[in-house]
Amino acid sequence: MLNVGLTHFLVISVTLFSFGMYGVITRKNAVMVLMGIELILNSANINFIAFAKFGNYGLQGQIIALFVIVLAAAEAAIALAIVINIYKTITNINVDEIDSLRD
Amino acid sequence: MTVYDIIFYLFAAVTLISGFFVVTNRNIVHSAFFLLFTFFGVAGIYVMLGADFIAIVQLIVYVGGILILILFGVMLTNNIVNVEIKTGTIHALPASIVLGLFAGAIGAAVLNTNWKVVESPDPVPTTAAIGSMLINEYALIFELLGILLLIALIGAASMARR
Repeated sequence: MLNVGLTHFLVISVTLFSFGMYGVITRKNAVMVLMGIELILNSANINFIAFAKFGNYGLQGQIIALFVIVLAAAEAAIALAIVINIYKTITNINVDEIDSLRD
Repeated sequence: MTVYDIIFYLFAAVTLISGFFVVTNRNIVHSAFFLLFTFFGVAGIYVMLGADFIAIVQLIVYVGGILILILFGVMLTNNIVNVEIKTGTIHALPASIVLGLFAGAIGAAVLNTNWKVVESPDPVPTTAAIGSMLINEYALIFELLGILLLIALIGAASMARR
């Protein structure tokens, strides 16, 4: 049980995913929601690389993880631009108060 | 327990403890700095999995790029001079119950599944092999990702300057 195997990495990934999801659901600040999304993407990457190693799939899992990192960078840039634009428009980035599209 | 296991548990503890503080800390700047330790821990886990190139990319892109971007986002969207940088939480109790159930279910599934583990060879340097795969099998995806990143950066710049 103490010898590190595939399940250890998967359990870490599940826990990290739950923390990220908790951040996305409960935090009001939009930047905190972004941090939660980064945690979720990291947990997915751990899964990819762990299965690639323990399933002996060569380097394909690592390449997918590389692509996920690139997409995370693009996502962070776009999302922060949107957040800054929202802040300029209504001087507030609490996601539960940005509801002017609803009215 | 070998040295490998001890180092693994060290990185796992760093990752999970700082990840917990990222989402529960009320001060958003402290959250950003705990996120730094989470990224370092995840990079260590990549190294434990034999993915040296991905670990370095994780450090460069996440710690050097995304974290700085997030810190700038915090600084540009909070009035540091006269408002305290604190953020509230909503629905904390139902969210923790549901996510606890979720993590328990997935964790039980992971622990009870009989994973077929193939004994993998010892880790070797992966950088040359990844580079050769990127310009052979994955050339199209590589180019498309480059174009996507360019579009995203131009879009972000034009959106933020408006």
